[in-house]
Amino acid sequence: MPTATSSGSRGNIVAALGKPLGALAIALGIVALALAVLGANPAATFAALLSGAFGNWLAATDTLVKATPLVFTGLAVSAAFSGALWNIGAEGQLLFGALAAAACGVHLAQWPRPPAIAVVLGAGTAAGAVAGALCGWLRARFAVSEIISTIMLNFIAVQALSWAVHGPLMEPSRAYPVSQALPPAACLYRFLPPSRLNAGMIAALALAPACYVWLFYTNAGFELRALGKNPRAAAFFGVPVGRVAVFAMGLSGAMAGLGGAVQLSAISHRLFERFSPGWGYEAIAVALVARLNPLAVVPSALLFGALDNGAQAIQRAQGVSPVLVQAAQGLVIFVLLAFDTPVLASWRRRGAVREDLASGRADA
Amino acid sequence: MLEAFLSSTVAMAAPLLLAALGELLVEDSGVINIGIEGVMLTALFGAMAVNLAVNQVVAGTALDIFALGVTGVFYRRMFGVTGQALTVRTLRQVRLGPLSHLPLIGPALFHQNLLVYFSFLIVPAVWLALYRTRWGLNLRAAGERPEAADALGLGVYGLRWQALMISGVLTGLSGAYLTLGYANTFVEGMSAGRGFIALAIVILGEWRPGRIAIASVLFGAALALQFVLQAVNTGIPYQLFLALPYVLTLVVLTALGGQSHAPSALGEPYVRP
Repeated sequence: MPTATSSGSRGNIVAALGKPLGALAIALGIVALALAVLGANPAATFAALLSGAFGNWLAATDTLVKATPLVFTGLAVSAAFSGALWNIGAEGQLLFGALAAAACGVHLAQWPRPPAIAVVLGAGTAAGAVAGALCGWLRARFAVSEIISTIMLNFIAVQALSWAVHGPLMEPSRAYPVSQALPPAACLYRFLPPSRLNAGMIAALALAPACYVWLFYTNAGFELRALGKNPRAAAFFGVPVGRVAVFAMGLSGAMAGLGGAVQLSAISHRLFERFSPGWGYEAIAVALVARLNPLAVVPSALLFGALDNGAQAIQRAQGVSPVLVQAAQGLVIFVLLAFDTPVLASWRRRGAVREDLASGRADA
Repeated sequence: MLEAFLSSTVAMAAPLLLAALGELLVEDSGVINIGIEGVMLTALFGAMAVNLAVNQVVAGTALDIFALGVTGVFYRRMFGVTGQALTVRTLRQVRLGPLSHLPLIGPALFHQNLLVYFSFLIVPAVWLALYRTRWGLNLRAAGERPEAADALGLGVYGLRWQALMISGVLTGLSGAYLTLGYANTFVEGMSAGRGFIALAIVILGEWRPGRIAIASVLFGAALALQFVLQAVNTGIPYQLFLALPYVLTLVVLTALGGQSHAPSALGEPYVRP
């Protein structure tokens, strides 16, 4: 299968931002039109969206909070897609990560804080890695499409989570289907209350350049990108295609799982059904807008975090359904894809050939 | 109880079968539509996948995200967020004479709504169209060797578009069946991954209409099992039954491992040279 969009261009980030921002503008234009048709005021709605996302100190910090899981899952998707491994399962990997983190975390009340946090985050990372690597292995060993296996694991993860909060992890009074709160020792450090800024954000910010270096400056990263550009050529030149797929899917899952553990340990402290509002799916949009470049995932996640945060404000201020924002996010991907169509290049090529023919005839 | 289980199996299999037959048609033309959940927007997907030759997996995923949002917006706009839920009349069950009184299989086979009969009756029609008509041959050529089909002047884009449109009708019916057939209402995200299960059914059915019908019944049984077993208090967590169809998909695909009957050009965008 061909690469996603013009994948993982290392070039300068500013030049690479043109297309995504253009796509965003077009998508927002379509949304404005839709709003007008639905009888809402587009300008007021966008204003409400902006002030909901950045209107004051708390709103702005909350945008950062909302962007954090998107950085983890966005990096997960970018890494996998760079190798043409279509990991649609960041959602499930994140949930498995959160589940493992909660299952370990509740037992660590007596531990000192740093090792307790390390165990919680480690458990989440490991669980996500196993879920991802499993799909990579099924693909390498049994030719099971990773698209389907990752999607199936998403649904399985939702049920596993539901079972956990109704069963073994249910809070002691057994009144609500939520897990027991993590003991303070297992909770990530928070800064500047009442904001929910936390150490998980620093981890997310550090992970992006690490992922970038891995993808563009290591042999393993090179092999993965070779696999993404042309799997047959990669195999011919000795890239161990199966092993690369398993490892990359494991790494991708690990980052998503870590995202789930961070969310649990830093923000929610408890597990519950619908723990994720769809971060794993939104991550695909985040990664594509970033053009699969791990460094660009951070601003891209911020953008989507702001959209999510502002979406709730437009419901209050303008009575516009926040799911509209979800439709807009799907639109952004579509417009971006349309920008990258190989057909344009083919037209240009055909034009060039025609000119050559014309000039050739003139010479003769 | 077995009677109810069988009846429910057939009822559950019908929308899966419709969606899977729809997916079969597009896949035979060389397009993989993983956005089959978001079928309302088939035309958008078609423009992207066929004419603009973009990555079909990514476009399909975008379609899902977009469709979930759009249906949500329209539903809330029309019926409110919390107010009373929309209810629609369910499709009437049609009893086919005395046959429906047969023990065990009577209700399953002869006392269902019209869409169930329809979905099983079009299986031979799809087979005939694909394997016994010139159009079907052309369509499969577009999926196996688009450049050869193009060289013969078959119009690959046109064929893929026709497949997408017919598939859109079938999957649209499948979606309508979810609302009208057994839920009586629309729930955001109600298709619950059935579109993805349909993709697995096509693989399990080896791209053959008849085997796809059998595979649909198998998955219908997995879906029906959760209702039967939830009714009987087995002490097994119900989430296990809810996860069953998805686990089954994984197991079946793994067991089939590697033997691919997929059209050769599946998922590859065709750009005219």
